[in-house]
Amino acid sequence: MRPIHVVCTFAALALCGCSGSSNTPNAAMNASSNAAFTSYDAGRVPGGPGAKQLYALGHPAADSAIAVMNQDIGSDGLELPDGSGTVTRGAAVYAAQCSQCHGAKGEGLPTFPKLVGRDSADAPKPEFQFSTTNKTKTIGNYWPYATTLFDYIKRAMPFATPGSMTDDDVYAVTAYLLSANAIISDTVTLNAPTLRAVRMPARDHFVPDNRKPNGTIK
Amino acid sequence: MTVEGQGGAVPPAPAVPPPRPVAPLDATAMPGAPTAALGARSEYFAPTRIPNGTPVGSSRTPLQDLTGTITPADLHFERHHAGIPTLDPELHTLTIHGLVDHPMSFTVSDIKRFPQITRTYFIECSGNGGAGYRDPKPDTTPQPLAGLFSTSEWTGVPLATLFREVGVQPNATWFLAEGGDSCKLARSIPIAKAWDDAMIVWAQNGEPLRPAQGYPMRLLLPGFEGNSNVKWLRRLELGTKPWMTRWETSKYTDPMPDGMARIFTFEIDAKSVITSPCYPNTITARGWHSVNGLAWSGRGRITRVEVSIDGGATWHDAELLNTPQPKSTVRFQYMWNWQAADAVLLSRATDDAGYVQPTRSAMVAERGVYTDYHYNQIVGWKVDRSGAVTFHGGT
Repeated sequence: MRPIHVVCTFAALALCGCSGSSNTPNAAMNASSNAAFTSYDAGRVPGGPGAKQLYALGHPAADSAIAVMNQDIGSDGLELPDGSGTVTRGAAVYAAQCSQCHGAKGEGLPTFPKLVGRDSADAPKPEFQFSTTNKTKTIGNYWPYATTLFDYIKRAMPFATPGSMTDDDVYAVTAYLLSANAIISDTVTLNAPTLRAVRMPARDHFVPDNRKPNGTIK
Repeated sequence: MTVEGQGGAVPPAPAVPPPRPVAPLDATAMPGAPTAALGARSEYFAPTRIPNGTPVGSSRTPLQDLTGTITPADLHFERHHAGIPTLDPELHTLTIHGLVDHPMSFTVSDIKRFPQITRTYFIECSGNGGAGYRDPKPDTTPQPLAGLFSTSEWTGVPLATLFREVGVQPNATWFLAEGGDSCKLARSIPIAKAWDDAMIVWAQNGEPLRPAQGYPMRLLLPGFEGNSNVKWLRRLELGTKPWMTRWETSKYTDPMPDGMARIFTFEIDAKSVITSPCYPNTITARGWHSVNGLAWSGRGRITRVEVSIDGGATWHDAELLNTPQPKSTVRFQYMWNWQAADAVLLSRATDDAGYVQPTRSAMVAERGVYTDYHYNQIVGWKVDRSGAVTFHGGT
């Protein structure tokens, strides 16, 4: 081992001796590669956003292939499909497809959320008070957008056979749940225009993250 | 109490440990075991997660059993909302569309041909720590307290590379990330994250992702709450505003005492937890002990961890055992000479934004005791003079 140590020491000394300035190409290269190595900012490494290289990988996605997956409904409801459903029809679909997990009246079960619940008008506290009282969130007292209900039911429900409901049935169950939460009347027929017009009770109770990154309390 | 954001109540740990394996009296007196296809853990070390056994569920990392900062992949916490899908890596694709010049689909093989990067980041469920915040109980171990937190070395491609490849249009400000599981979990993400440090990853600690971690590929958003790191990623759609999915409205929003709820609270604030000693340990020997644990911040590097042995009256700088990296994990250590006196051990992390971990009482005053998500209050362990260790959450 000793001879190797000696060689290394000489090499190190030689390097120090000839590079008194940090402006030599070697030093500059080392500084550059070290910077890339120690940075965890993807922008500073090959392939990060600073790079111009394109790689021509992948294949064009056909509109028809995108349409199969692109079923999401945004908060303005522009993507809502044709179809419609009544509260009455929704009650029947709910009883058949939803009640075994969410309860006969949307009261929820231990691992499946409660869906229905509003405070009475003369409740002692404002309805949207979830951080100082142990109160269960429901569609009626917490969800800010009715379009989310349509999106989620169509996207993920019923739990055992997601994606199996027709658009008419999704409208109907959405109508039933909005009616059960006293947001629409039980005579409303829900379709794209009437669903877009629904304004949820909690709509104005959300604020973009306003934590401060450098405080202790926020 | 059921905390829905955490996938239900935490089941109790098994009460009776399995019988201890018997070793030969003299292992040098006989040949050892032969080589094997897979390396198994020692029979004397059998850490397990705590699964709650349902598709809508979680299983927590046994932080008290682990060392260093990397979580073995089979002990990485799980949190999923509709079970773990089985996806064929030769059939699964990622499609990017919306406000892009060239809507494209990428196979896993395509993704692997791009220039890859490897980074170590934590992922933490933003519901982590809810039980220790709302109702601290002395018989809490690190696993239910903070086990929705794990750290891995991730390999993948910067999302920015893919966004350049498809030609993201200048008016795109948000993107929707959607998984290929049965709830098609979807979150809206500000596009700045894609140009910063977001990745599409396919590997974890030197091997392909485990199915529970998103096999064959997932979104990785360093420092952002776990739910937004969409697993089994199948689609990214570029748009001009958030979609307001169930997961970013009815869940993963943070109600405040002023009758408002914070939405899009992505970043994980600085946090730390001592993992040794902890409940249910009993310290039996006087003298030196390594008080150590984990610290992390979703906003940058951990710059300092302090330990108190007197419940926060005085604080001592802990040693950082690895070089802090942004949005990653450090293990800290404070050497403690215990002489059979009562003590309360606490840890307090500071990150490079200058953020200092708050006490529980400060957080309760600011956010209320029933707020949801992002519980990063100072916690620790009470050690009584007999050596018994219990959880101390009332800081």
